[in-house]
Amino acid sequence: MVWLSDEPNFLTIFFYILTEGLFVTLALTALGLLIGFALGLLLALMRVYGPTEIGWFASGYEKIFRGIPVLILIFIFAFGIPRLFWYLEPLERPMAGVILALGLRSAAYQSQIFRGAILSVQPGQTAAARALGMNGFQSFRHIVFPQAIRLAVPSWSNEYAVVIKDSSFAYGVGILEMTRAAFDISANFPELLSLSMGIVAIIYLIFTYPVTKLFGERQTKKLKDFGMGGG
Amino acid sequence: MTEIPYDPTKEIAETVLNVVDVWKSYDELEVLKGISFELARREVKVIFGPSGSGKSTLLRCINMLTPPDKGEIYLSGQNLMAPGVDLNAMRAKIGMVFQHFNLFSHLKAADNVSVGLRRVKGFTKEEARAKALDALHQVKMTDWAEHYPAQLSGGQQQRVGIARALAMKPDLILFDEPTSALDPELIGEVLQVMLDLAKAGTTMVVVTHEMGFARAVASEMIFIDQGVVIERGTAEHFFVSPESERVKNFLRQINILYGHHEELLKESNEDEKL
Repeated sequence: MVWLSDEPNFLTIFFYILTEGLFVTLALTALGLLIGFALGLLLALMRVYGPTEIGWFASGYEKIFRGIPVLILIFIFAFGIPRLFWYLEPLERPMAGVILALGLRSAAYQSQIFRGAILSVQPGQTAAARALGMNGFQSFRHIVFPQAIRLAVPSWSNEYAVVIKDSSFAYGVGILEMTRAAFDISANFPELLSLSMGIVAIIYLIFTYPVTKLFGERQTKKLKDFGMGGG
Repeated sequence: MTEIPYDPTKEIAETVLNVVDVWKSYDELEVLKGISFELARREVKVIFGPSGSGKSTLLRCINMLTPPDKGEIYLSGQNLMAPGVDLNAMRAKIGMVFQHFNLFSHLKAADNVSVGLRRVKGFTKEEARAKALDALHQVKMTDWAEHYPAQLSGGQQQRVGIARALAMKPDLILFDEPTSALDPELIGEVLQVMLDLAKAGTTMVVVTHEMGFARAVASEMIFIDQGVVIERGTAEHFFVSPESERVKNFLRQINILYGHHEELLKESNEDEKL
């Protein structure tokens, strides 16, 4: 409790959690989503365009990572594989493990998001691109992908909300993020447990609801106006 | 576009497209059963027939979007069915206009037209845009260049679709029922653009039931039913003395459904007489 006063109130707790934990929470979320995006897109491409066996591999991956609780994944990647992050400082290893766990799991969900988005680009779009003389890659790169990304935005904003909430499991391996910061307060002031948990809940809400509202509903309406997707 | 009146006596007809004995089936269903025809430069050929007769499949076979099972397709002498042919390069020489327009929904009208010029033909952004605006001018859509497809009416979308094909300067353009998804009041503007193109000497294969259009510009009409050519001849032949009972019945039905474009036809005939 570096600067928390003797009698913390709503505002001091609020800002304590933000200053101590927000950056790490957002960093875990951003890096997890980034890994999930790169790998998820690759898995989606494997399932949509790859040969059957490659598709099986990708869908097997999805089943495994969707079927394991995120806390277990975090334990596995933070502590369970001893020499996984041998090149990092010992104190940085749990952090890397959490990011990897969040990323690998998000990839399983993002793969489904992108697969659905690619498949809901109307087949006539590809036909028109190929008829112009584009090769398969060009038609994906310039026609299908730009539309699929737009179609994926509503589901993707939901995935962002899932990952930022699940980053709170980093608490389990001792990383100081928002949940840990809130818990530290109640460790020092047990009577403030309800208040500090309530406040951290509000902060998570602030970072989830408006985003899903904005990118979910507004983008869905926008896509409809553009006449995109399977209708 | 400068209009060069077509005078068949002045040139020896050069074959652009030669379709030889094309067969195509989906599983058990035989859609095309040995279709053949030739298309000379500056020629307009109209293909018509009942739905499910294989007309659209035929067009998709010509540009190899759905390659035939058997037969040959020659584009300016090059057999598209031969192994090792660069089909992408060949498709760039064959324009296609779709029944449901298939404009790229994330691109503005001008970008819909220029994307092929940039990505396939390798023009710079500026060159491609200039050519795209040219093509949009030909279909009278210049004012709508910065609009997205969803902001355009069906007729306007189809005109952009025609501009997209036109801008590639293809050897021929395939039209797959270009007006059949349009509301009746929007058909005229699209047909007018097609008439203008035909009269300017564009080589076209048009699948359509618009008999007014066919009568005005088709050098030959081909009636297809159940994957085979039933009858072929000039528009005059079909309207004056069709032989097959099936053709007669079909034309009667078409006349009831599409009779409303006689005015367009009259106008365009009067144009020619002037």
